[in-house]
Amino acid sequence: MEALPILKLEKVNLHYGDNHVLKNISMDIAANSITAFIGPSGCGKSSLLRCLNRMNDLIDSTKIEGKILFGDNIDINDRKLDVTQLRRKIGMVFQKPNPFPKSIYENIAYGIRIAQGAPKSEVDGRVEEALKKVGLWKEVSDRLKDSGMALSGGQAQRLCIARTIATKPDIILMDEPTSALDPISTQTIEELTLELKENYTVVIVTHNMQQAARISDSTAFFYLGDLVEYSPTKVMFTRPQQKRTEDYITGRFG
Amino acid sequence: MSLEKRSRIAEYLIEKGLIRLSGYAAVLVLLLILFFIMREGLPFFGVYNAGDFLFKTDWYPLSGRYGMLPLLTGSVMVTVLSLVVAVPMAIGTAIFISELAPARVRGIFKVLLEILASIPSVVFGFLGIIFLGPWVQKTFGLQTGLNAFSAGILLAFMALPTIASVADEALQAVPRSLREASLALGASRIQTIFRITFPAASSGVIAGVMLGIGRAIGETMTVMMVAGGSAQVTMNPMAPVRTMTGTIAAEMGEVVMGDDHYRALFMIGLLLFVITLGVNTLSGIIIERIRRGQGGQKS
Amino acid sequence: MMTRKIRLSDGIGYAFVYAMTAAAFIPLIAFLVYVLAKGIGRVNWEFLSSASSSMESGGIFAPLFGTLVLTLLSLLVAVPISLLAAVYLSEYARKDRWFRIIELTIVNLAGVPSVVYGLFGLGLFVIFFGLGKSLIAGALTMACMSLPLLVTVFYQALKAVPLTLREASLALGASKLSTTFRIVVPTALPGIFTGVILATARIAGETAPVLFTVAAYYMPNLPQSLSDQSMLLSYHLYVISTQNTGVKDEQKFAVTLILVLLVLVVNLVAIGLRSRARKKIGNLG
Repeated sequence: MEALPILKLEKVNLHYGDNHVLKNISMDIAANSITAFIGPSGCGKSSLLRCLNRMNDLIDSTKIEGKILFGDNIDINDRKLDVTQLRRKIGMVFQKPNPFPKSIYENIAYGIRIAQGAPKSEVDGRVEEALKKVGLWKEVSDRLKDSGMALSGGQAQRLCIARTIATKPDIILMDEPTSALDPISTQTIEELTLELKENYTVVIVTHNMQQAARISDSTAFFYLGDLVEYSPTKVMFTRPQQKRTEDYITGRFG
Repeated sequence: MSLEKRSRIAEYLIEKGLIRLSGYAAVLVLLLILFFIMREGLPFFGVYNAGDFLFKTDWYPLSGRYGMLPLLTGSVMVTVLSLVVAVPMAIGTAIFISELAPARVRGIFKVLLEILASIPSVVFGFLGIIFLGPWVQKTFGLQTGLNAFSAGILLAFMALPTIASVADEALQAVPRSLREASLALGASRIQTIFRITFPAASSGVIAGVMLGIGRAIGETMTVMMVAGGSAQVTMNPMAPVRTMTGTIAAEMGEVVMGDDHYRALFMIGLLLFVITLGVNTLSGIIIERIRRGQGGQKS
Repeated sequence: MMTRKIRLSDGIGYAFVYAMTAAAFIPLIAFLVYVLAKGIGRVNWEFLSSASSSMESGGIFAPLFGTLVLTLLSLLVAVPISLLAAVYLSEYARKDRWFRIIELTIVNLAGVPSVVYGLFGLGLFVIFFGLGKSLIAGALTMACMSLPLLVTVFYQALKAVPLTLREASLALGASKLSTTFRIVVPTALPGIFTGVILATARIAGETAPVLFTVAAYYMPNLPQSLSDQSMLLSYHLYVISTQNTGVKDEQKFAVTLILVLLVLVVNLVAIGLRSRARKKIGNLG
């Protein structure tokens, strides 16, 4: 049974200045699934990810055309939209773990506090819940006051994921979340991502095809700004329909 | 769910209003300086000839004569003397810090430079009165040791940190590959420094010297206390002189607000303002040119 | 053979560099040591804490108090404005023409002679605003003078905060304002603090701007309000150095020592803080 799409992209075009970075991207992303964006460097996969939570707004010369619809057909590029609320619903985890120079507790409480003032007891509870969900609670519950930056790579990234889910998003965007981590931490994060699928929708950009094959339900292959192929992961990796896809997957370029 | 924008008036006000206005504060201050100095000073030209002011050499305010040329030459003389002493010292120091000293020593000397730079000008003036003046007087057999020469020496030490740190930056900016190419050809370290590295950094050093000029011309307390106080045009470095800065500081206490003398002093201030603005802008342009040039050459 | 010739010119080169460096710093160190030796004799708690009824000797509490108060007031005015200005330049301004203009203005303001700031303070605060020669006029003048230094240091501190921290905050749904004041500024705090301390040393040591705006030759009592004039440490040193009215040398050296110590200690603290902050930033991003 197909879940309802939580994100619908219709003919999305993105320009950085004169650069036509994304060309006519149309795709639906199903709720409670893990979708992987793969492709060689410069293919636009990270740019597309950043369109989904409007982080591209930070760059001056960006121009976007087409529609990106979220949930109940909310157009996320609508001028009347409050982008800060959008970002609480669509969260992002970055390539290099970037905890704030604050305590572990404060890192997570930050996202809760900026949304609405919550009483301390509620904040405590949500911090604990977030840390439990990423499997950090046991490791850090006795040192919540320690600096978030003192954590190792894998732990720090889990802290960043905990920080993101503390705002109760619907979608979690991950921009190459394990490329700066060692293999064991990578594995931990991958297992965590699979668990997250239950309650969230995950879109993950990865340059590691095996990772995409391991954890995602659907995979989208991008090349030079085009969406070349988008299919269930098992299908993409066993019977790719496009030659370019097959070339990339078999390592002929990339 | 609706994600409509809440009207955030307070935030908008803060961002667009307070922050943006503060950003322009510096421009406001500069304009205010210009405006108020002109306000108090320009009326002077209603009663006194501008040409006489700039080119006559008799500065006798008590008799109503305001020829400020001696003040200008005084400033120039003291500045030139200070540069003669400061530039070699600054270059030597910069070369030492940048090219010869090991990392830790470099750090220590950079701190020493900052310490030198932080010494208040009135302390330099005190040093001049209590030490340098008497010493110069004795050594050169003069009537007084408070003259352009002494002031120049003190000013040299005040300008030194400015010139040295800019020169150091310029030397550091020279790409390593240039030094390596020279050494690989068999040149010694000293040869590399003086024939390759330093010439490559020369425009930065010049910019540093210009900043030093600005610093020296603008210095007030030291020259007021040490340069002597005689408003005369002279080529003799051992003669007491008056600078523009020293004159303003010394005589402002004795004027009646709003009278000619008062306005004349403001006009000197305006001239000073324009000169230092010009010197600083020029050095800024030079520094900008180097930075752009370096962008293409960096290894 | 050829080796000898090169060695000679090398020797000259080294000699030049080392001689110049020595010439630059030995006088400084010698002077500081001398001031310490000559002045320490008179410096004790009484010297610092009691006011004096004459200019020739006695405690320097009055000028010391004046300097501290003036410095504090100036910072109170200068720091908030400079911080906001630095925030504007770092977080909000686009790198357009206006940005260049503001940048140039700040560089030029930094080069304006201190006596010109004195004239400016006289013209605007003392006369036009009618504040008269007063602590408030002096503080406003010094605040303007500190603006370039503070804005530059604050701006660099803010810029050093890694971009990725801002992105993380925005991605959580924080507004730009929240991100700036809850994440960026707190992270930049050590650098900001350093700037404040550097400005403190500058203000405490300056004489020319206060000549026309606040300095009093002698006051029997401490200033009671913002509109009072005040004695100041730097101006006091100027006065007792240049007027030969029976002030003992020890007194002059003692005052010099206090002023130099004040400025030196403050600057060293700032330098220490700055290197610690640099090490911390090295661990971020």
